[in-house]
Amino acid sequence: MPSGFPPGARCIGRATSTALLPHFRLFAVALCYGLLFNGRTALETKRGQETHCAPGGTMNEPILEMRGVSKSFFGIKALRAVDLTVYAGEVHALMGENGAGKSTLMKILSGAYRPDSGSEIRIEGKPARIEGPLGGRAAGISIIYQELSLAPNLNVAENIYLGREMSRSGLLARGAMREGVGPILERLGADFLPSTLVAHLSMGQRQLVEIARALHARSKILIMDEPTTALSAGESERLFALIRQLRAEGLAIIYISHRMDEVYALGDRVTVLRDGRLVGSLDKQDIRADAIVRMMVGRDVSSFYKKDHDPEAGKGHPVLTASDMADGLRVKGCSLTVHAGEVVGLAGLIGAGRTELAHLIVGAAPKTSGHLELEGQPIDIRTPGQALEAGIAYLTEDRKALGLFLDMSCLDNINLAVIGRDAKLGGFLDRDKARERADRAFAGLSIRAANVGVPAGGLSGGNQQKVLLSRLLAIAPKVLILDEPTRGVDVGAKSEIYSIIDNLAKAGTAILVISSDLPEIIGICDRVLVMRSGLIAGEVRRTETAPLTQEDIMALATGTEHLDA
Amino acid sequence: MPDNGSTTAKAATAINASAAEATKRQRIRLLIRAAGMLPVLLLLCAGFHYFSDGRFFTGQNLGIVLQQAAVNTVLAAGMTFVILTGGIDLSVGSILAASAMAGLTISKLPELSALWLPVAVLTGLGFGVANGALIALLRLPPFIVTLGSLTAVRGLARLLGADTTVFNPSIPYAFIGNGSLTLIPGVASIPWLSVIALLVILVSWLVLRRTVLGVHIYAVGGNESAARLAGIKVWAVLIFVYGVSGLLAGLGGGMQAARLYAANGLQLGQSYELDAITAVILGGTSFVGGIGSIWGTLVGALIIAVLSNGLILTGVSDIWQYVIKGLVIIGAVALDRYRLQGSART
Repeated sequence: MPSGFPPGARCIGRATSTALLPHFRLFAVALCYGLLFNGRTALETKRGQETHCAPGGTMNEPILEMRGVSKSFFGIKALRAVDLTVYAGEVHALMGENGAGKSTLMKILSGAYRPDSGSEIRIEGKPARIEGPLGGRAAGISIIYQELSLAPNLNVAENIYLGREMSRSGLLARGAMREGVGPILERLGADFLPSTLVAHLSMGQRQLVEIARALHARSKILIMDEPTTALSAGESERLFALIRQLRAEGLAIIYISHRMDEVYALGDRVTVLRDGRLVGSLDKQDIRADAIVRMMVGRDVSSFYKKDHDPEAGKGHPVLTASDMADGLRVKGCSLTVHAGEVVGLAGLIGAGRTELAHLIVGAAPKTSGHLELEGQPIDIRTPGQALEAGIAYLTEDRKALGLFLDMSCLDNINLAVIGRDAKLGGFLDRDKARERADRAFAGLSIRAANVGVPAGGLSGGNQQKVLLSRLLAIAPKVLILDEPTRGVDVGAKSEIYSIIDNLAKAGTAILVISSDLPEIIGICDRVLVMRSGLIAGEVRRTETAPLTQEDIMALATGTEHLDA
Repeated sequence: MPDNGSTTAKAATAINASAAEATKRQRIRLLIRAAGMLPVLLLLCAGFHYFSDGRFFTGQNLGIVLQQAAVNTVLAAGMTFVILTGGIDLSVGSILAASAMAGLTISKLPELSALWLPVAVLTGLGFGVANGALIALLRLPPFIVTLGSLTAVRGLARLLGADTTVFNPSIPYAFIGNGSLTLIPGVASIPWLSVIALLVILVSWLVLRRTVLGVHIYAVGGNESAARLAGIKVWAVLIFVYGVSGLLAGLGGGMQAARLYAANGLQLGQSYELDAITAVILGGTSFVGGIGSIWGTLVGALIIAVLSNGLILTGVSDIWQYVIKGLVIIGAVALDRYRLQGSART
């Protein structure tokens, strides 16, 4: 064992071997955390007692200690007084729903964001100020992002030395650099040379280069953000073995993942964030999927979801049938049917391929397989224009980048999809009709803006969304695909959007709602399809006796339905 | 608590004051944007009139200014279409030269001479559509494509006249180059070149503001991905705008040929693209696309013409004219930045 090996790590090893504890105790722990969800005071007492297991009762010095770390953006709190303690020689899993604050926390550690005042970060017991893009690395923290940050046009050695190149009398010392990275690559079991061009490496090998870069920079804390997203199963296995090796060598690893099986396999401790708050931490022996899922989603389902349309609508005629849709990358053969007057949810974690599937359906991305039927008739859709013509409207999840024309008036934004249809004399705008339609949309969807002529960019998120929705409704769609319809929308506008959706369903529109907001999906949908890794993992149906539950959906989304069975 | 109350009130007043300040600032920005560079144009005119001892505002001089502005106005109108989509057309000067050469060559053929003007315009259209096809269908960057055609078309222009100057003293429709339309006999007349330029501006306005195509042009410039998702045929819009730019460059070539009775493939239209771009940017059209108006472009083109004319009238040397014009371009881009800051982009 290396000399710098902390005693705590040995203890964790012991805990691993005794991971199977009596069932009642697991239940009690899960229940306990369930009670902690909404009680901050309870949480604080827990925090006060938080100690790391150490043999003989001696306290082990944490390598990273974050106390009361907050971060707000323009008055919106992304992180609220989060505590995180990480020890050397442990894999600390960080979990939470999309938008729970994981990436904000990471960016603070990397130096990309500066935490609000009052936040405290200690590294090896000493207060640390992490500033600027290189701040994290200087403090001994390396981050491996989902999308790797290597330069593919340079070779392995050059990438590892990027920004800290070796030179001799002003000339690049290529040979010395290659030799310098040799031992590290060997230690990691790399099957490529320092002189290999990164462009020629597989995703798994590239990840190895990133890890080598971190080790070479003598980082003591390695943060990995969803590292297996782009890896094959075999590559993931090799990565896990490597992570275990690094842990044994005394590195602290913060492992961010949505996947329960990975956290099961690797995590020594799990910390769960929700809505920017720390929900709690579980030690190895307490890690249980149902407990974590409840910690991740546990919040009240508010009463503002509106669902008055006929729940029997699902028995109407099928309007949209998509079969075996695939793009060869993120969507691997998905089939679904939406009936008239039905609201179908499409749930799943970010990266599960939901948006990509929607893009395939509306022709915004090329598909490698799959075909569509609209009201029983086969239909070929290759461009979003053809989809709109056929009556399939898609509300993008990114309204600013892919939806609205921020500099154009609300009137133009609303009418854009139908101005061609309305035009007079082969191409001249029918301004009266456009004006009338915009006025009707403003009244019908209660869009709040000075007048229909103001640029859409000046509106609030909720009103922008309603403007975009009006554009789609102008074509009187048969199928409406809504991708995160309430993202970045205030509560008032949210409930208005829900009732618009409900009214459309009443009028017989077939609606597919993609959402990461589970209470929302449960609140407004008749049934929910859950995607995982490019496939439809299953369907959760509302029955008279059993309502939809977040736990069922999360279990399908994270792939833990078999773990707790 | 009374103390608390007064603090709250104070805070509220502060917020109100800052809100009022913000609206005021926004109003000024909006005003700047709406009026554009018109005040600058008027100020320049007044200044030059004063410094040239009253020689600027004379019927004759204004006629010269309008005539000098005409060709650039036509080119800048085409450039406005292109820049509104977020693109750029560097090849208009070369296309102008090639079109003029093609037109003059045809005008010397006795039986076809009357067709020289349509030939010039269609030559321009052809080059423009070629640019547009490369940009829209092969998805090459506009800067690179039109930089290439800037050089290639210049070569073709020289080829057309065997690298010599082509003269035709009896070119048909010569009146459009040097004649004037009499408004009030003996009192007011307007050069035909300026009439053409104004018509181009009017038609451009009609297309941009009153047709479906116009909305699509603004949409593509404002947000190309969103335009594609909204079902707009982005490729068709791009081919159209570069086609228009080429067509108007061809028309500009015809105007120059009619004015000079001659064209030289090497010299004609050199760096005209820069004046056209300057006019568009001065006119408040955003370089990233989606924002701008054709009226602004007209004002921009007039500013350039007034600047050239006024600097000559006030006796500024040719060398300093270059320096001043260059600084005006930079100042225009700085204004563009300022305008974007105050816009609705969030």
